[in-house]
Amino acid sequence: MAKNDVSTAPQPRWIEFAIEALIRVLGFSSIGFVVLIFLFLLREGIPVFFEVLPGNLVGTRWYPTFDLFGMLPLLLGSILVTVAAIAIALPLGLATAVLVREVAPNWAREILKPMIEVLAGIPSVVLGFFGMTLVAPLIRETLGAPTGLTAFTGALILAYMSLPTIISVAEDALDAVPKSYRDAGLAMGATQWQTIWRVVVPAGRSGIVTAVMLGMGRAIGETMAVMMVTGNAARMPLSLDSLFRPVRTMTATVAAEMGEVAQGSVHYHALFGIGIILFVLTFAINLVAASTIFQKRRRGGLR
Amino acid sequence: MAGLLSFSLIWSLTACSPGRPASGAGAPAGARTIENKGSDTLVNLALAWAETYMAGHPEVRISVTGGGSGTGIAAMINGTVDIANASRGMKAEEIDAAEANGISPVEFVVARDAIAVVVHPSNPVDGLTLQQISDIYVRKITNWSQVGGEDRPIVLLSRESNSGTYVYFLENVIRMGDKESELLFSPDTLLMPSSEGISAEVRQNPNAIGYDGLGYVTPDQKMLVVARDEGGPYVLPSVETVNDGSYPISRPLYMYTAGEPTGDVRAYMDWLLSDGQPLVSELGFVPLE
Repeated sequence: MAKNDVSTAPQPRWIEFAIEALIRVLGFSSIGFVVLIFLFLLREGIPVFFEVLPGNLVGTRWYPTFDLFGMLPLLLGSILVTVAAIAIALPLGLATAVLVREVAPNWAREILKPMIEVLAGIPSVVLGFFGMTLVAPLIRETLGAPTGLTAFTGALILAYMSLPTIISVAEDALDAVPKSYRDAGLAMGATQWQTIWRVVVPAGRSGIVTAVMLGMGRAIGETMAVMMVTGNAARMPLSLDSLFRPVRTMTATVAAEMGEVAQGSVHYHALFGIGIILFVLTFAINLVAASTIFQKRRRGGLR
Repeated sequence: MAGLLSFSLIWSLTACSPGRPASGAGAPAGARTIENKGSDTLVNLALAWAETYMAGHPEVRISVTGGGSGTGIAAMINGTVDIANASRGMKAEEIDAAEANGISPVEFVVARDAIAVVVHPSNPVDGLTLQQISDIYVRKITNWSQVGGEDRPIVLLSRESNSGTYVYFLENVIRMGDKESELLFSPDTLLMPSSEGISAEVRQNPNAIGYDGLGYVTPDQKMLVVARDEGGPYVLPSVETVNDGSYPISRPLYMYTAGEPTGDVRAYMDWLLSDGQPLVSELGFVPLE
């Protein structure tokens, strides 16, 4: 019997080592893949910055079939749609998070939370189709715009898509505010509303910034729905009414044109160049989001 | 990397034709596959041809994929297809690129297509000249009242720049065939990712003007009659007016084979240029005379 124990003992240790190594390899491989993807993006996209004159690249005309690669309208289009989407989604998302976390009774919370999660599961192409056939005509008729396929339509759809992210992260942020803060507020004679607005929300500020950043990351990278509802006209969105005119985003451009280009052509490199810009943008946004998370952790430690 | 449109079209045709030999071990030793890829304008016609042909020739399998003319031509250059479909001719540099890879593409005109100019059914404008269409698409004309319609802004719709129809429309309508012309679509032009995108917008927006292949125009859009110049006759696109040359915006549709076709590809091309032609008009295109 004792002999048996001795002979079986080393085996699990060996297996354990193997499993540990496997997990480590898998864990690091995801980092490795990100690095590889970035290297691939760079390799395919960097050439465009040498093949195309800089004046052309920052120009205002995107006609890739005629060697005009002005990326400015696309960049501004993406930024316009994303900022507008967040401007719509932030008040709605924050209000919903406050409702779910602070105001709603337990039974309502039980219903609301899963519903919000269902929101996140709607495929973007379905939302795009919804936007194209229902929202766009509505916008054209109510706003009197020449067409309903506008930056604003895209922003509405994107706001809807980034809401679940914003709500759930903001809700976690409110949840992390210690109960003692609320108790202190109420004990000082503040109403529930005053407590929420003056104490709980400011205390959860950094988490709410994270929510906005993550929502923004979601919005700027979204492709399908945006391509279907923004009209894809590569015009400079500089005039005041640009929000209610068509725009072309970077993601829609890559998606619409990538199928066509000959590998290794200037146009192909230009699309990867757009990919690099997108990657850098989302990376910066996520970096800001991450830094506020770390900030919160540090402060959490002091509390 | 495949085109957005092509992913929905990447279905081996064999999947929907009953009675075909099973793939792999079950297939007779002689079962051969013809790869056919390219123009989205041609894809429905190419599918119909392939289905009909395979029903009579179980020993041949034809897989048809869309993606756009450029996609098909790129595949031809890379040597991955037997037949490339295109709604525009191959450019000289594309032929050079293919020849550099040891492939000499052979061109076949397989059908003709009219490009219809469409507006909302409530639009009182019935006809335009080529010059007016060109002016509209470069934004020299911005309001329907300038061409005899209501006081409404004009919303320009186009297919994406990867479409052969886009290139054809630019060269032959906007630039009116002038090789020296440097006119481009106005940046305000809405580039729709699909024919459906164009028809959806034309159907519900009284400001819109769009263009698409005759086979893709649905009854709820209004086709305009088009004249070559102000004095000329205004003609509605149809099989007859394309064949007699009176409709000004029509173009040939091409298939390219990798080298002079032989064997199965030869037999297939011969068939679709003769017995396959009746299918052409069924799908809204114009058969070769």
